[in-house]
Amino acid sequence: MFQLETRPVPSATMRLLSPLIAALLMLASGFVLFTLLGQPALKAFYVFFVQPLTTLYGVGEWLLKATPLLLCSLGLLIAYRANVWNIGAEGQLVMGAIAGGGVALAFPDVSASWLMPAMLVAGVAGGMAWAALPALLRTRFHTNEILVSLMLVYVAGLGLRFLVNGPWRDPEGFNFPQSRMFHEAAILPLLHPEMRVTVAGVLALMLVGLIWLFLSKSWLGFRLTVAGQAPAAARYAGFGERRNVWIAMLISGGFAGLAGVAEVAGPLGQLQPSVSPGYGFAAIIVAFVGRLNPLGALLASLLMSLLYLGGETAQMELGLPAAITGLFQGLLLFYLLAADLFIHYRVRRSERAPAAVLKEATR
Amino acid sequence: MNEGLILALLLSTASAATPLMLAALGELVTERSGVLNLGVEGMMLVGAVAAFATMSQTGSPLLAFGVAMLSGCALSLLFGVLTLHLMTNQVATGLALTLFGVGLAAFVGQPYVGGVVKGVEPLLFGLDPITLLAFVLCGGLWWFLGKSRAGLLLRAVGEKPAVADAIGYPVRRIRYLAVLFGGAMAGLGGAFLSLVNTPMWVEGMTAGRGWIALALVVFATWRPERVLLGAWLFGGMTVLQFHAQALGLAIPSEFLSMLPYLATIAVLVLICRNPRTILLNQPLSLGKTYHPDR
Amino acid sequence: MNAPPPAARLSLRGISKRYPSVIANDAIDLDIAPGEIHAVLGENGAGKSTLMKIIYGVTRPDAGEIVWEGRKLAISSPSMARELGIGMVFQHFSLFETLTVAENIALSIDRPQAELHDEIREVSTRYGLPLDPARLVHSLSVGERQRVEIVRCLLQKPRLLIMDEPTSVLTPQAVQQLFATLRRLAGEGCSILYISHKLDEIRALCERATVLRGGRVSGEADPRLESNDSLARMMIGGELPACTLNPQAPGELRLALNGLSLTSDDPFGTALQDVSLAVHGGEIVGIAGISGNGQQELLAALSGEKKLARADGLSLRGVAAGKLGPSARRALGLGLGFVPEERLGRGAVPEMSLADNALLTGATRAGMLKGPWIQRSKVREFAREVIARFKVKAPDEDALAQSLSGGNLQKFIIGREVMLAPEVMVVAQPTWGVDVGAAMLIRNALIDMRNRGVAVLVISEELDELFMICDRIAVLADGRLSPAIATADASVELIGRWMSGDFSEKDSHVPA
Repeated sequence: MFQLETRPVPSATMRLLSPLIAALLMLASGFVLFTLLGQPALKAFYVFFVQPLTTLYGVGEWLLKATPLLLCSLGLLIAYRANVWNIGAEGQLVMGAIAGGGVALAFPDVSASWLMPAMLVAGVAGGMAWAALPALLRTRFHTNEILVSLMLVYVAGLGLRFLVNGPWRDPEGFNFPQSRMFHEAAILPLLHPEMRVTVAGVLALMLVGLIWLFLSKSWLGFRLTVAGQAPAAARYAGFGERRNVWIAMLISGGFAGLAGVAEVAGPLGQLQPSVSPGYGFAAIIVAFVGRLNPLGALLASLLMSLLYLGGETAQMELGLPAAITGLFQGLLLFYLLAADLFIHYRVRRSERAPAAVLKEATR
Repeated sequence: MNEGLILALLLSTASAATPLMLAALGELVTERSGVLNLGVEGMMLVGAVAAFATMSQTGSPLLAFGVAMLSGCALSLLFGVLTLHLMTNQVATGLALTLFGVGLAAFVGQPYVGGVVKGVEPLLFGLDPITLLAFVLCGGLWWFLGKSRAGLLLRAVGEKPAVADAIGYPVRRIRYLAVLFGGAMAGLGGAFLSLVNTPMWVEGMTAGRGWIALALVVFATWRPERVLLGAWLFGGMTVLQFHAQALGLAIPSEFLSMLPYLATIAVLVLICRNPRTILLNQPLSLGKTYHPDR
Repeated sequence: MNAPPPAARLSLRGISKRYPSVIANDAIDLDIAPGEIHAVLGENGAGKSTLMKIIYGVTRPDAGEIVWEGRKLAISSPSMARELGIGMVFQHFSLFETLTVAENIALSIDRPQAELHDEIREVSTRYGLPLDPARLVHSLSVGERQRVEIVRCLLQKPRLLIMDEPTSVLTPQAVQQLFATLRRLAGEGCSILYISHKLDEIRALCERATVLRGGRVSGEADPRLESNDSLARMMIGGELPACTLNPQAPGELRLALNGLSLTSDDPFGTALQDVSLAVHGGEIVGIAGISGNGQQELLAALSGEKKLARADGLSLRGVAAGKLGPSARRALGLGLGFVPEERLGRGAVPEMSLADNALLTGATRAGMLKGPWIQRSKVREFAREVIARFKVKAPDEDALAQSLSGGNLQKFIIGREVMLAPEVMVVAQPTWGVDVGAAMLIRNALIDMRNRGVAVLVISEELDELFMICDRIAVLADGRLSPAIATADASVELIGRWMSGDFSEKDSHVPA
């Protein structure tokens, strides 16, 4: 008989291993799934996970999709560490796109170098403003930030649809619901002429380092971590709860907003009814799979990006439904949560069940 | 306004309220046992697609609703195994369930996009059987939680699982049952959307109703009779939105569509404003992992 | 293997239970006869509670044998224990606050509510434990809640009643009433297992005692024939250490509460009513009282975790500090040190290292920061010093707080606060669940601070402890605070009467 028992001290090894175990389990499930769908599993594997990276353009696409995932998850991991459950990054991303894109549309004739920084700042501010609402309602009225931030995702999406259908619709766009294309000064420079990934990728990489410093060396980062792990200890030490909520929400909102503006000023080049295939939600998974650690988030965002890319390739090459990506993402998070059990518990093999011991003793 | 219009309004409100009511009542039972399952949206979606697929294959509404409930159960069982046996964080697991459910439903539903099935016929006073069932369920749960011994047990487990365990009650088994009930009701609510409300399958067709159901449980301060009130409020709002469009009000449709989401936020603020309201009504152990010490 | 005496109601043979980090019970033998009041004595962590949980079927033993009225069996669940005729009154009550007395009892006894109401009234009056079945449990006092537990057991006509540290929630007078009830039950043939670490009580009540130390049986005795010292030797393997409090004149006023009234954030909490208190440098003031009488609320108000409506409701070194938060009160000018009653999760972050836990309150006072950045070397140095000076048993400063035993973690937390050199020190339940050795070290550390001129306020449920280390004692009862009188002028009877809320100063009767 097997029994779970609490480890005296959580296992640091398992903490690192469990995302790997989760990824392996996800791949194993993929194997089963491909087989069930009547595909030769090895070929499907190749198409899904290897083929996208065989060209320079493919690598560019990989990094391109990893960028918003990484940006969103960097902010989310800070919020989750502080036990602030912002799950509305998707909406904050959209608001960032609206605010940043709005600046681009408002100054169609400006080609000065201040335009791009202004757009980025507007994007960050847009995301922050959208995250400030749940923060305000939680600190003032004790409402649950999970539900409020999630509701605001729908509101932001509808707002964007209104704008591209109405006031911001391109007059020369054959009535398509989208804005005009941004002019050159409002587009982020590419990293390499053969790839679509922009300098936002480099910015995200730099932010990984910054967040790492913030979390491991700064007093504020420490306080947020304490608030997440032991709220009563945070109150005891005098780390105000309201302040923590505000900081966590604003940082995560700001990062999502940045991701949003980087999308419209990058690969999209305009505002469309949908500016993200769910990056804000997938980033939740990235943050967890990355162990709420910025370096982990970097690796996890590359994995998740590959899932998006693989899904597209598999659809084109094998005719598999693209929704398989979402399935893999969900599975990955499930496996991670299950594998995390072994951080705090270990399996003990009890040699004999207690009842058997008692029975034997009565002989 | 003539009587016919009022009746029509009432009937459409009822059918808009039913999926919310079913999902919220299910979640209410789950939460009363101390378990917070944020996967309602995912379970509803899977229920919706399962019902639609079954209906297109077999044409039997009974079977379709049954399969939807079973698939909701299956997802909630997954959640139960993770949170109750593997002791994972309930919030994270619930989110995972929703993300997984969205992916799974889209995956399964791919071949059915654009398909049509025959809707379910009214049974009584122009109401379909599921809407009638929702009313019965509401009354039944009111009796169950307030008057029955099993309901007392469920509340006790949601209050202090360690104590219920020490007295000798099977905490985990009771929580499993509550979680499964929540899954079945979410699945049924989803099926209602894809078979009765709009007999078709569209990706993401729940449009946040699972989340609104979660908010309704808070709004109802964990009491079934108040879920009825909340669900009808939201149902009315959805109907209003359609009729405003029909009446040609000069409000862009996007803003009307925002109404239910904004109303959810407003309602949450109204209820949570006084923290004592929540503290006094919320099951004490809600969302907390319980590890029996054996 | 010895056959159990035929007359025994319950016999345990070689009961063992192992947890990952500790052997809670190691081959324990115990026999209890019908109608016997049998003490299980041992200090915190000796394995008493685990043993009782095994008898009540909550926990299963890894090895050993249980013989109930001559039958060998495995008690697999509490409901089975109840069917056998075993009842248990838990130390931390097993009651549901939001349910009524009758509903709580109905959860253990499957009988129609109306019938239960009558039975509850009947049994509670017969044994002198008055109760209203329709009351909600959260509206009852702690003592009344214990009555619910006892009545619940009695309704099942138990043949063995387990009482786990029952007197910590009772005033000294109520203890006498409880003893009368227990003697009466024993007279009717019910066996009673009485778990305690209080030697006087055991000598007054019990006919036999099994003493546990470190999970093993360290002795058996008739406590009526033993002295406190001889029992203590069995319990801790040595003399009960004492501490001395040399008289000294108090210094200037350091901490004052001025007519503090406060509602509780906890819907089931107790509001504070017009609480006034003065603590001077160089004295230890103790606040006695049973937990749940406003202790939590008072502590939160003192620490700053709950800010007051009026700034002058609380003053620290003459400064009106009521509206300041915890870190402002801790800062140099005011110098408040605070040790909360919960160690894991409030006084320390469980999954953080001792070094990080030193940083928790030490950051600003001990100069561990440079601008917004943490200076790790200083943090480690400080943590190492706390570990060394307070004899904390931990491998190093990287050890996680949750890996320490209760006593060691408490030494670390108290050490951390002491080393931040506070002017005013507030300590809640300093020795709760701590072994005797650590308790003495902690008490001496507090006395040492007092001798150095610090104002010390101790809130404790342990009357013996307060009489040992305090210059003055006050009582908190139902949210009101009694006057503080010199310990030399206080008697257990007086303090006991105050604990029931009657604050008249004179002893109503002089004990013969």
